[in-house]
Amino acid sequence: MSALLEVRDIHTAYGQSRVLFGISLEVAPQECVCLLGRNGVGKTTTMRSIMGLTPPSSGRVTWKGKEITGWAPHRVARAGIGFVPEDRRIFAELTTWENLDVARQVAGRPGGWDIPAVYRLFPKLEELRDRPGGFLSGGEQQMLTIARTLLGNPELLLLDEPSEGLAPLVVEQLLERVLELKQKGLTILLAEQGVEFSLAVADRVYVLEKGEVRYSGSAASLRDDAALRHQLLAL
Amino acid sequence: MEPSFLFGQFLGGLTAAMFLFLIASGLSLIFGVLRVLNFAHGSFYMLGAYLAFQFVQWVGPRTEGFWLAALGAACGIAVLGGLVERLLLRHLYGREELYQLLFTYALVLILGDVAKITWGTGQLSVSRPPSLEGSLNLLGVIVPHYNLFIILLGPTIALIFWFVLQRTSVGRIVRAAAQDREMLSSLGANVGMVYTGMFMVGSFLAGLGGALVTPTQSIVPGMDVAIIVEAFIVVVIGGLGSFWGTFLGALIFGQVLSFGILIFPRFSIFAVSALMAVILIVRPWGLLGRPLR
Repeated sequence: MSALLEVRDIHTAYGQSRVLFGISLEVAPQECVCLLGRNGVGKTTTMRSIMGLTPPSSGRVTWKGKEITGWAPHRVARAGIGFVPEDRRIFAELTTWENLDVARQVAGRPGGWDIPAVYRLFPKLEELRDRPGGFLSGGEQQMLTIARTLLGNPELLLLDEPSEGLAPLVVEQLLERVLELKQKGLTILLAEQGVEFSLAVADRVYVLEKGEVRYSGSAASLRDDAALRHQLLAL
Repeated sequence: MEPSFLFGQFLGGLTAAMFLFLIASGLSLIFGVLRVLNFAHGSFYMLGAYLAFQFVQWVGPRTEGFWLAALGAACGIAVLGGLVERLLLRHLYGREELYQLLFTYALVLILGDVAKITWGTGQLSVSRPPSLEGSLNLLGVIVPHYNLFIILLGPTIALIFWFVLQRTSVGRIVRAAAQDREMLSSLGANVGMVYTGMFMVGSFLAGLGGALVTPTQSIVPGMDVAIIVEAFIVVVIGGLGSFWGTFLGALIFGQVLSFGILIFPRFSIFAVSALMAVILIVRPWGLLGRPLR
């Protein structure tokens, strides 16, 4: 299998506190893979390890056959991995447009995404262009973070809990947009706590528990097998 | 007291304020983006003065070469700042702030001795450039042209910085770096370069302040510590990291010092310190600053 991203047996810790105990996973081109699991099982840390924000202490991360373990985040981004963090991390004092402009200026890759294109994906952002990021609602901030990351023209999008803290209706709209991105051929690695969002978009699933992969398989099998779902996620 | 005398005091305070603004704005910019409190900022100011003196000797005293010398000194200090950040300070990010304070304090001691070894401990002086040697009678007050130049330079630099920070892409990237370094790097920015760049800009301002102050006061060892104390008071009054706060803080400092001398001739620095103490109690984040998260 020619994986786009390959993570092999990574161990990651924040100082003395160890979070990942040998996570391995693969993402193939144009696939949507979901990391499922409750709070604190290591979903975010896995993404931060890939991104180089919290480099793993052992194991390796391979991108298109090239080892990128321990690269600085900006090099990982320029290689084609875009990160949408769970807490959104909007530049609160910058307006919507300024947030997008910063992303466009620092993007190190050519590609099809520009500001008009992200406005077409999220028309609401154009209406809010002059509003400071700190005054946007949770859903609007989520759109802005995704738009901002898309301006870097990533091939793989790391989407960390996009539905967290959003109203059901907003989550539904977001889901449509993510499906649209998937149809455009973007590869996605998603992290979620709930099954609704993840099973609606994912092709394959890894269930994480205490920093390890507990289960991996197709999203369909998890969707169809309520007993398995219950056993893995206690849902 | 005659109005013209009071106006003279006001202009004197304004000149002092603009020098302070040049230096304190660099300190505040560096803190705003890098979150590093650079004790050695005053040393950069002092070295800027010594370098300007040195360059003036080479290009010829009492010539327009003064401007070239001042600019050269400021650029020299910017390069020094860039080297300090890249080679030394960088290793202390993410550690306890105490290490950064100790490191920059060590720089104060080292650079102070380097200056003494190179230029001795005597007083050195630089003449005003011929184009600004004259003076002007402004409402009965004799104002040297050079002081007017400084009074105009302060707001000009403030406006340039405001424009760059608010209205250009580079400024937006700098503001983003100040807010969330990690997110900016995830978007593909080499934040290390942004940090080095900002440290160089801040150091440039310190060096420029030091170079331009030479025609108005003599260069002596110890001017590094004197100015860093004043610059700290300015940024504490105005709000550390706030650009206009620094401008306001410098204006207040200049006037309190200038008029304080009339009321308590020997305790005018006390008036400024008392003001700082009051502000620290009432509004610890400064007049235009923001509480730290």
